[in-house]
Amino acid sequence: MKDAPTHYCPGCGHGLVHRLICECIDEMGLRDTTIAVAPVGCAVLAYDYWDFDTTEAAHGRTPAVATAIKRVHPKNLVFTYQGDGDLAAIGTAEIIHAGNRGENISVIFVNNGVYGMTGGQMAPTTLLGQRTATSQFTRRSDKEGFPLKIMEMMQVLPGVTYLERTSIHSPKEVINAKRAIKKSFQTQINGNGFSMVEIISPCPTYWGMTPVRSMKRIKEEVMEEYELGVVKDAS
Amino acid sequence: MAEKTCNLKIDIERCKGCLLCIEVCPVKILKASEHVNKRGIQYVVLTDPEKCTGCTLCAMMCPDCAITIE
Repeated sequence: MKDAPTHYCPGCGHGLVHRLICECIDEMGLRDTTIAVAPVGCAVLAYDYWDFDTTEAAHGRTPAVATAIKRVHPKNLVFTYQGDGDLAAIGTAEIIHAGNRGENISVIFVNNGVYGMTGGQMAPTTLLGQRTATSQFTRRSDKEGFPLKIMEMMQVLPGVTYLERTSIHSPKEVINAKRAIKKSFQTQINGNGFSMVEIISPCPTYWGMTPVRSMKRIKEEVMEEYELGVVKDAS
Repeated sequence: MAEKTCNLKIDIERCKGCLLCIEVCPVKILKASEHVNKRGIQYVVLTDPEKCTGCTLCAMMCPDCAITIE
């Protein structure tokens, strides 16, 4: 990581996930050959913090850009970093089709259940009963539908190789998330195809909680809906 | 007294005062300072360096890379 303080709110999971990715890349010795694609969302300025090549894509189109980069530079490690507003809402088509084509890229999907950058609006991944800026009477299934489980949707696609859902609410889960990120990168290096790691992350600002309480909420509420573990491993 | 084996440093200008490190410290030697840093954030301080076991849990949970342990 570059020696720059991040712009994220106190207790935001993005800083932690950035660090995990950097640790994996350094431990695998890939700093000179990595190309990352940053999303639109809170992590839009990720290239200010990562000390390897990073480009930016239009909102949700990150897997499409990564597809092109990987096909032109097949020897480089190409990964996308996306939030839930980017990947699960506007970019659903891109991620599904990138997975269906079995593109040899890695996707890091940071799921915090709200649109952080734009002011805490409801995302497809918002839990039922959660109050956000655009679900003032909490999310109800009859009006706003159910939380979208991208991993389980991707599971049925034959082109997808490795899917795992992890969290960062405790040191144990942080270690597990790092292992999953590393495995995802290794899957790509081995040429085994599309891999994606979902990381449940806190958004203390728009959950309206302290950072410590947000971590507890992941354990008590979010993990009830989004079960952790390997969803698919065909590597 | 056992010889000190680790050296925990907190970069107070990077600290955003989320206090996640205090929560995970097994020997409870981190606490919020009474002072603030340049950004007006109540940073975290180490109260008893001798008790630090060097487990690195605080550094692992820190979202801002403010804690280094050697």
